[in-house]
Amino acid sequence: MQRRDFGRLVLASVLVPTFARQAKAADWDAVLAAAKGQTVWWHAWGGDPKINDFIAWVGTLAAERHGVTLEHVKLASTADAVAAVLAEQQAGKTTGGSVDLIWINGENFAAMKANGLLYGPFAESLPNWPLVDMSGKPALVTDFTLPTMGYESPWAMAQLVFEYDSARLPAPPADLAALRDWVLANPGRFTYPQPPDYLGVTFLKQVLYGTIADPERLQAPVDAASYAADTAGLWALLDQMHPALWRSAQAFPASEPAMGQLLADAEVDIAFAFNPGRASAEIAAGNLPDTIRTFTLAGGTIGNASFLAIPFNSSVKEGAQVITDLVLSPEVQARAQDPAVLGFQTVLNLAALTAQDRARFDALDLGAATLPPDRLGPALLEPHASWSVKLAEDWQARYGVAR
Amino acid sequence: MTPAAPRPGPLRLVLGLTIAALAVPVLAGLWGTVTPALKPGALAALWDWPGLFPAARLSLVTGIGSTVVALAITLLILAGLRGTRAYAALIRLLSPLLSVPHAAAALGLAFLITPSGWIARALSPWATGWDTPPDLLLVNDPAGLALTFGLIAKEVPFLMLMALAALPQTDAARRITLAETLGYSRAMGFALTVLPALYRQLRLPVYAVLAYAMTTVDMAQILGPTLPPTLSVQITLWMTDPDLSGRPLAAAGALLQLALVIAALGFWRGAEVAARRTLRHLAEQGHRGAGLDRLAVALATLGAGTTTAALLAGLAGLALWSLAGLWPFPDILPEAYSLQTWTRAGPGVWQATAATAGLGLATALIALALVLGCLEAEQRFALRAGRTRLILWLPLLVPQIAFLPGLHALALATGTGGWAATLAAHLTFSLPYAFLSLAPAFRALDPRLAPLAASLGASPDRIFWTLRLPLLARPVLTAAAVAFAVSVGQYLPTLLMGGGRIETLTTEAVALSSGGNRRLIGAHALLQMALPALAFALATGLPALAFRRRRGMAP
Repeated sequence: MQRRDFGRLVLASVLVPTFARQAKAADWDAVLAAAKGQTVWWHAWGGDPKINDFIAWVGTLAAERHGVTLEHVKLASTADAVAAVLAEQQAGKTTGGSVDLIWINGENFAAMKANGLLYGPFAESLPNWPLVDMSGKPALVTDFTLPTMGYESPWAMAQLVFEYDSARLPAPPADLAALRDWVLANPGRFTYPQPPDYLGVTFLKQVLYGTIADPERLQAPVDAASYAADTAGLWALLDQMHPALWRSAQAFPASEPAMGQLLADAEVDIAFAFNPGRASAEIAAGNLPDTIRTFTLAGGTIGNASFLAIPFNSSVKEGAQVITDLVLSPEVQARAQDPAVLGFQTVLNLAALTAQDRARFDALDLGAATLPPDRLGPALLEPHASWSVKLAEDWQARYGVAR
Repeated sequence: MTPAAPRPGPLRLVLGLTIAALAVPVLAGLWGTVTPALKPGALAALWDWPGLFPAARLSLVTGIGSTVVALAITLLILAGLRGTRAYAALIRLLSPLLSVPHAAAALGLAFLITPSGWIARALSPWATGWDTPPDLLLVNDPAGLALTFGLIAKEVPFLMLMALAALPQTDAARRITLAETLGYSRAMGFALTVLPALYRQLRLPVYAVLAYAMTTVDMAQILGPTLPPTLSVQITLWMTDPDLSGRPLAAAGALLQLALVIAALGFWRGAEVAARRTLRHLAEQGHRGAGLDRLAVALATLGAGTTTAALLAGLAGLALWSLAGLWPFPDILPEAYSLQTWTRAGPGVWQATAATAGLGLATALIALALVLGCLEAEQRFALRAGRTRLILWLPLLVPQIAFLPGLHALALATGTGGWAATLAAHLTFSLPYAFLSLAPAFRALDPRLAPLAASLGASPDRIFWTLRLPLLARPVLTAAAVAFAVSVGQYLPTLLMGGGRIETLTTEAVALSSGGNRRLIGAHALLQMALPALAFALATGLPALAFRRRRGMAP
């Protein structure tokens, strides 16, 4: 995306709500009235009990305050819900769809948007929208470079952080080159989830950020002419590291939780996650030893946001909007950031909050394993979604069949 | 006997209903599978995938290999251990073993054998010197050995159950005694006199095992290699591609999978002919097989012992994980304990249990009624089984993931959804299993009984209710339990057809397990096991109770 467009989007998102606030208040009252008594089926990945508990808590709030019943449909894969909406569209089912609210980002958002599966724009008219940090968190304006345009509403920030056991590794590597040197010096103690798992592909993109000559290229779709040169450094580095990876790169963990288990079992010394608070939250839950700490790489790590979207054929779009707005409230955001609950980073601009709401965040103990915001380092924007597809394909062609 | 006139009665209707229950969803599903595969380029793209040959080979080798070994272990147990205390213990363990969900069995096994797993922990650091786990490729090995072992461990209990249902029709005890009086060893006597009759009834279940082993996704995802994975896992990956572009490739892969399973079944059929020749040759030679017994007992003990111990220890490991706080390597027991996993699972459990049991019971009853109706019609009208048998196989041959979107589309297009559609989908997957666990025993029932009863004036209906059904109580209940267990195990059909609004123990367990969290999987595996274990316990226990005074009905 061009920088100019980006500026315009930011401007628009700041100005439009100001001009139209009064008209919106009346509209919102109508939404609230319609939402009362509705049942919203929220399709979200169900693999983490902490997240499930959090969604259940949001459901209690929604019922108490707005009379909206929230049902969490626990998914093994978000793609299952995308496929369900797609099938309903193809069968001509334009109302009464089975999915009312869906937790998505990146490729799933791009696919749903491209196929006309999303309702919107709605996000910018939510009452809590002005609190969202649109100027300070570019990942909220564009989702994998695709402008969100109000078709999805953010609920959590994520940034890639590395996790290590300080009991076994006193000084973690500071940048990509140091990580490579450490891997080569300590064979079998590092790995990454197997692409096309999203965290595995994120690792590829992170390495690409550190090896590509001009990182700006990543904000545009893959250019066939320069692709080979752009990725030469990435593949060279992987070629070098693979023989020294866990299981000599003959096997890879399947996903982020699987890699987290390897860290817990001391099979690896360094792992990574797309949530700076995960380590603290897992220590609090008794799943990781309290000697786990986190670090990021010099030059920054990839950051993105998690969003909520409403399928085009939901019959309870008002109730779904009430939930997305509730999730944006300072109270819910502060609870999500508490490492004893989720450890997710907030999407709100703390400076825009009232002193009372800001105090909710200031009171949080982020946990010993969570880096304070000033040491987290810059968040790099997600590359255009075509990079994920191409890198995963290429990885498959290069390493997908063991020799 | 008065020749039963083929009247257009309710039995005919049952036959039609069964064929419809199987054929409509399967054909719709197949249509949904075949059409995308015919998109230009899909087959070519599949051909270009560098992992095609390794993945296809892996599916074939692990599928056929595990089926051969599982069948061998089952037959060795029957030949070598029948009547011993070990055999009785094994039969008591059968219900829980059958009910272990596949994913949990795989994960439990992985926790046993992985370098940071229970066996390594038991030996570390005092015997091995390991403070951190060694970097050894034991799980996900490229040859698929871990996967093959996992499949064997899960298949032996199923084949045992099928064999137990079939044995009463083979007159095993008398035949072996007769062979022994002629100087044959027990093992040789079993192979020559019982095996031919037994295998005739085991054949369909063995085919189902072979098809399942080649198409399984959940076990292969956990234990199988990943570079490349088995064909079925790769199809799932393509199918769940977020940008939806992998779907034609998945469809083409599903077609290949179908062809591979059919080829493997063809191969198996050839092997059956060769085995039959060998057996006949052996019989003509007159070898008494002296000394074979000791070998059979040793192999059976080894096979049954290893697979049972692995399943039980894996399950125990997961159960312990569900109670564990921090449990670092190399501790053999958790450092801390916590009930958190269980208290979290608590609230929704009863509702999910009711939904699961309701769907399972309805599925099992309908499946049983249809299967019994079909088989009875087959007997009365002397129908040939050919046509139905082919249709029966389709739901087992087409990989679920490729077949369901077509079925889902049909349900959406016809406006059916919710409980009815979910029940219909469960029925499609349960019917074949109910059929193949009941049909062999039904057909093997002594053909002289019915004419004899008829000559004494009994009507066909009376023959069915008072003669066939009681005699077949064991296989009938087994078939119902199998249908129930298959229904309980359905994840994708429930999610898709129910629109996510029907929450069963399995949809809950699979969603929660997708993170690979051992604590959650431990707790939910136990919850998920309870209902099928109860069903299998009833299916094996009730006939034993009813027939406790009838020696001829003993398993």
